[in-house]
Amino acid sequence: MGLSLLRRFWGLAAVLFCVVSITFFLIRLSPGGPFDGERKIPEAIERELLAKYRLDGSLWEQYSGYVGDLVRGDLRLSTKYRNRSVNEILAQTLPVTLCLGGVAFVLAAAGGIWLGAFAAMHRHTWRDAGAMFFALAAISLPSYIIGPVLILIFGLDLGWLPVGGWGSWEHLILPSVTLAAPAMAAIARLMRGSMAETLQQDFVRTARAKGLRETAVVYRHALRVAVLPVVSYLGPLAAHLLTGSIVVETIFHIPGAGGFFVHSILNRDGFLLGGMVIVYCVLLVAFNLAVDLGYGLLDRRIRG
Amino acid sequence: MADPRAVRRLARNPAAWVSAGILLVVAVACVVWPAFLPASLGEPSPNQYAPPSWEHPFGTDLNGRDQLYRVLTGGRISLLVGLCGASVSLVIGAAWGLVAGYAGGWLDAWMMRFVDVLYSVPRLIFILIAINAFNAQLQSFATGMGWGWLVQSSRIAILILTLGVIEWLTMARIVRGQVLALKSRQFIAAAKVLGQSHAGILLRHLLPNLSGVILIYLTLAIPAVIIDESFLSFLGLGIQAPQASWGSLLADGAGAINPLRSFWWLLVFPAACMSVSLLALNFLGDALRDAFDPRG
Repeated sequence: MGLSLLRRFWGLAAVLFCVVSITFFLIRLSPGGPFDGERKIPEAIERELLAKYRLDGSLWEQYSGYVGDLVRGDLRLSTKYRNRSVNEILAQTLPVTLCLGGVAFVLAAAGGIWLGAFAAMHRHTWRDAGAMFFALAAISLPSYIIGPVLILIFGLDLGWLPVGGWGSWEHLILPSVTLAAPAMAAIARLMRGSMAETLQQDFVRTARAKGLRETAVVYRHALRVAVLPVVSYLGPLAAHLLTGSIVVETIFHIPGAGGFFVHSILNRDGFLLGGMVIVYCVLLVAFNLAVDLGYGLLDRRIRG
Repeated sequence: MADPRAVRRLARNPAAWVSAGILLVVAVACVVWPAFLPASLGEPSPNQYAPPSWEHPFGTDLNGRDQLYRVLTGGRISLLVGLCGASVSLVIGAAWGLVAGYAGGWLDAWMMRFVDVLYSVPRLIFILIAINAFNAQLQSFATGMGWGWLVQSSRIAILILTLGVIEWLTMARIVRGQVLALKSRQFIAAAKVLGQSHAGILLRHLLPNLSGVILIYLTLAIPAVIIDESFLSFLGLGIQAPQASWGSLLADGAGAINPLRSFWWLLVFPAACMSVSLLALNFLGDALRDAFDPRG
């Protein structure tokens, strides 16, 4: 157990190193510097600026310097938002993104598992067909269709919920539903298949033969086994939610990290972009590790 | 592939017929219809934000352009990117899965580990960066070669390539699984004994047996690529004005909704066209999968 954990940490470090390198070179490869604007900056000032942001020297010097700073936990200064460090920007915006993502994650997992189990219980009935139609529709409709339509209905027509912004729990409802819907649908489809398979196994027949109620059979006995494929899907799910939150934050005008992400690409703000990519990847890779460990705890069969 | 039972199962599925019909209608409308409409509809006019009428069935946008014309030509680009991007992903994914499954051993382990890692990394985010990094280079390359058409549509070409490069993972997994199942069958052993080369076995014996699976996942990859493209265009990083795709039209539409006056037709019509097409594609893919693999 300890050895495999150690090996996983090595893999994690390798993945992060690749992510950092790819991001750095992709940004440096793209033409145009971070200080190109409408007006040409005098050469002496530009040299000063490049020196301040440690963008002078050869490509290799810049790269090794950057990696060195990263190892020390310094994500450097943003080249667009002058005098604000990337660490500072992330500290302000990331909690918002994580709050939204966390709520959506719980919503997607709980709703998807319930919906899938429900459909499998009523397999080949109108309930099953209805649930699966709903799931396929939610997969097919991207969040930038669902979001504005929800705003149009609940925000503008009915006036029940705020159309955007951040602050109270009411602000959280529409964005988290928008973000969670496709993920919930994907989980529901996964859950339905695995639950339908589980319900045909021997231990389920035994449970039924004991005279247990059907809900107890499904939710207490079968769910524990059927949920395993869903658990291994949680890693990709977190990646989907993080990517999706960029769009959802734009739609609902939420002051999270997503807006900075898009703008850092448009502004060629390399260090801000690099910092965000790195933090996102660290979060995801760490989360995947946690999921794998949790999987081992849930499924006694693969415990080594 | 041409399993008659599977074809019969497919023919009995009404959802498959309806989806195929809808897709045909949408595709023909997007490709053919704009040719019969006056091109002036796509040009700016003083008739701003006109609500739907007989003259402009989908209304007009901020610049007075006819929304129906924009939705149809935008659909062209969305469908083109979806189809070509999915084909790129098919080639990469099928080749990757074939080699991994056939080779087995440590090569298989490493190749699939790579797929696992990519699955859990936010791939679209890299694409965001890559598109902006490579677009200018492709443009200068195309200008140097004198390919005017590529200069104009370099963005589309980049989108097709990069989206194909990130959407192949599922295909690789499925193809590998099938190859593992097929590898132990007797006709492969017979081919080996007869001295067939590895490349010959892969291309002549394994690939034809995989065409059904590949077709199914191609149908499912097209909507995935269309969604990715519209994601990028929605953020303003994909298709650039004056060209439009469903994603960029949706972005305009979402921007035109506010508490004071909502120009709902700018949002509702592109959203409806895109969701109907995506739903039909996903339904068709599901129906194909059910027909060819009834256990799944």
